[in-house]
Amino acid sequence: MKKFTVKSGLVMPLDRANVDTDFIIPKQFLKSIKRSGFGVNLFDEHRYLDKGEPDMDNSSRPLNPSFVLNQARYQDASILLARDNFGCGSSREHAPWALDDYGFRVILAPSFADIFFNNCFKNGILPIVLPRQTIDELFTAVLANEGYNLEVDLEQQELRRPDAPDIQFEVDAFRKRCLLNGLDDIGITLEDAELISAFESRWREQAPWYFAQSDNGATENSEAAGEHQS
Amino acid sequence: MSGKTLYDKIWDSHLVKEREDGTSLIYIDRHLIHEVTSPQAFEGLRLAGRQPWRASANFATPDHNIPTTSEERKQGLEGIKDPVSKIQVSTLDDNCSEFNIFELKMNDLRQGIVHVVGPEQGATLPGMTIVCGDSHTSTHGALGALAHGIGTSEVEHVLATQCLMQKKMKNMLIRVDGELPTGVTAKDIVLAIIGKIGTAGGTGYTIEFGGEAIRSLSIEGRMTICNMAIEAGARAGLVAVDEVTLEYIKGRPFAPKGALWDKAAQAWKELVSDSNAQFDSIIELRAADIEPQVSWGTSPEMVAPVTGAIPTLENVADATKRGNMEQALRYMGLSGGTAIEDIRLDCVFIGSCTNSRIEDLREAAKVVAGKKVAANIEMALVVPGSGLVKQQAESEGLDKIFIEAGLEWREPGCSMCLAMNADQLGAGKHCASTSNRNFEGRQGFGGRTHLVSPAMAAAAAIHGHFVDVRKLA
Repeated sequence: MKKFTVKSGLVMPLDRANVDTDFIIPKQFLKSIKRSGFGVNLFDEHRYLDKGEPDMDNSSRPLNPSFVLNQARYQDASILLARDNFGCGSSREHAPWALDDYGFRVILAPSFADIFFNNCFKNGILPIVLPRQTIDELFTAVLANEGYNLEVDLEQQELRRPDAPDIQFEVDAFRKRCLLNGLDDIGITLEDAELISAFESRWREQAPWYFAQSDNGATENSEAAGEHQS
Repeated sequence: MSGKTLYDKIWDSHLVKEREDGTSLIYIDRHLIHEVTSPQAFEGLRLAGRQPWRASANFATPDHNIPTTSEERKQGLEGIKDPVSKIQVSTLDDNCSEFNIFELKMNDLRQGIVHVVGPEQGATLPGMTIVCGDSHTSTHGALGALAHGIGTSEVEHVLATQCLMQKKMKNMLIRVDGELPTGVTAKDIVLAIIGKIGTAGGTGYTIEFGGEAIRSLSIEGRMTICNMAIEAGARAGLVAVDEVTLEYIKGRPFAPKGALWDKAAQAWKELVSDSNAQFDSIIELRAADIEPQVSWGTSPEMVAPVTGAIPTLENVADATKRGNMEQALRYMGLSGGTAIEDIRLDCVFIGSCTNSRIEDLREAAKVVAGKKVAANIEMALVVPGSGLVKQQAESEGLDKIFIEAGLEWREPGCSMCLAMNADQLGAGKHCASTSNRNFEGRQGFGGRTHLVSPAMAAAAAIHGHFVDVRKLA
């Protein structure tokens, strides 16, 4: 996973609650079998005036001038300021992939949908939950001040505002360590491979029905399947 | 000491390791796979030179991209006109073959929407932990399994380690007491719940659904409820195991047999919340108060009873909420105060992992039998959830009922629920849909979705606008 190295960034406000993952990246772009290149289709149905399709030349598509992402003052923003329940709906990781590919590395909201929140951490994006009042203050400040930047200090779990007191935020200790060091989740889990194998043997004895053969063509055939051997 | 909830029990039995900050390693019994969210995960395995930890725990089927007309399906992969979709489906075939993963391919009779097929094959068992790169994995909770959606990084993580890193959720109980009135279905219950608690009401929780109205539902009805737990913000929904659960599972291909069945069934009877279990939140509804529901906006919480009207904005104090409603009404081309029954429709979609099982099709067929689709309905699709559901429906003659009434009878798949294949709702068109999401553009660019039960969708097809299905009896 990529290390979280953001020190500061321009803030872009998206003043809308319940932004779902279809809003973030529409389904037609989910047909890609790659992880990259989704940034140009971030917020596609709102950012462009026509219907987007994969493999289109996005540079020649008509932009929606009233959509915040297209406004000159928010170009190069890396911090997204959002409303409640951001990222609800589908589990598509293409949503954080698109946000990251565009350049958003920090998302501030009063609440996030669970799956999206989790997916962000897997991609080096920091989602921060802040009290509703703080979010309201930030919306006011961003709209009033062109070029509104925030300093992000993940180590100290602090956001520094140019015009108001610093904001403390919460982040799980383990997730913070992974972000700061760019740790690979799978690698970390496999450090516990023996523990997993021991659990599995015990569980196989205790609940053998979850490991039973099917009469349907799928078999518990660990050697043929090249399965994990501990 | 307080007892354990069903969620506590399944969590505890799968806990491999817990870190100081509560981050835990949870063992995963079943991993369901489809073509959209898995290619990057398999690619990750390959790049790292890893093999699946336990290949037989995986179960795959393509569903999102595949065509649903029989002409296209007859041609196999060649029938998928969109080359990008075709690559995604063939990539799943290749990955399953390379990593020795069980797959029901596109034209296997048993293929279908992964959340219909899993339970149908007995690959979903009580007490299991089940994950899939799809948010509607919550469906499987209807059988007393802890099941939820994950992202593609986690798909790779589960493939490689058979575990997930997670923090435990909180416990919520939603109890629906009393007997469900005639003409009111599982879909109406869950839409009414979401209308009450909102789309973020269950965020951070696993929801257990209980009470007489839930207990009296079939497994298929319980699946409809758990399917939409995610629309209430909860990654997982659960219903306790009872005789109905065991009856449903017994004899299915992946279910244990003989002496192993007896032992399993005995163990599964423990999969209920203890009577003294503590829930962090309890929500109560009276079944008698629930009417057939229709969504009018662009979020599943924007619902109203069919006898009601679209809410007016004057009384909404919260500015953000009012803004959302305004935006939704603008998108939907509707205005506050309009009676639900006055909403004119252009399309009808009966299908999706929420409502495409045999009981759903029977309900819909009952309503359209001997009638004709209204003249203003341009497209009315019936898309069974699996090849076996389709076969069963045809053996009961339901296909003929739909076709004679003027609806199209299609091959199984996700179809117009999310419109990744060619089945798409046109811009500005209103669709009565038995699916689960009415987000902007969900069923097609500019399309306007109204979420309803199968019976309500069928009635709308006949009348061309919403009607109270209870009045048709």
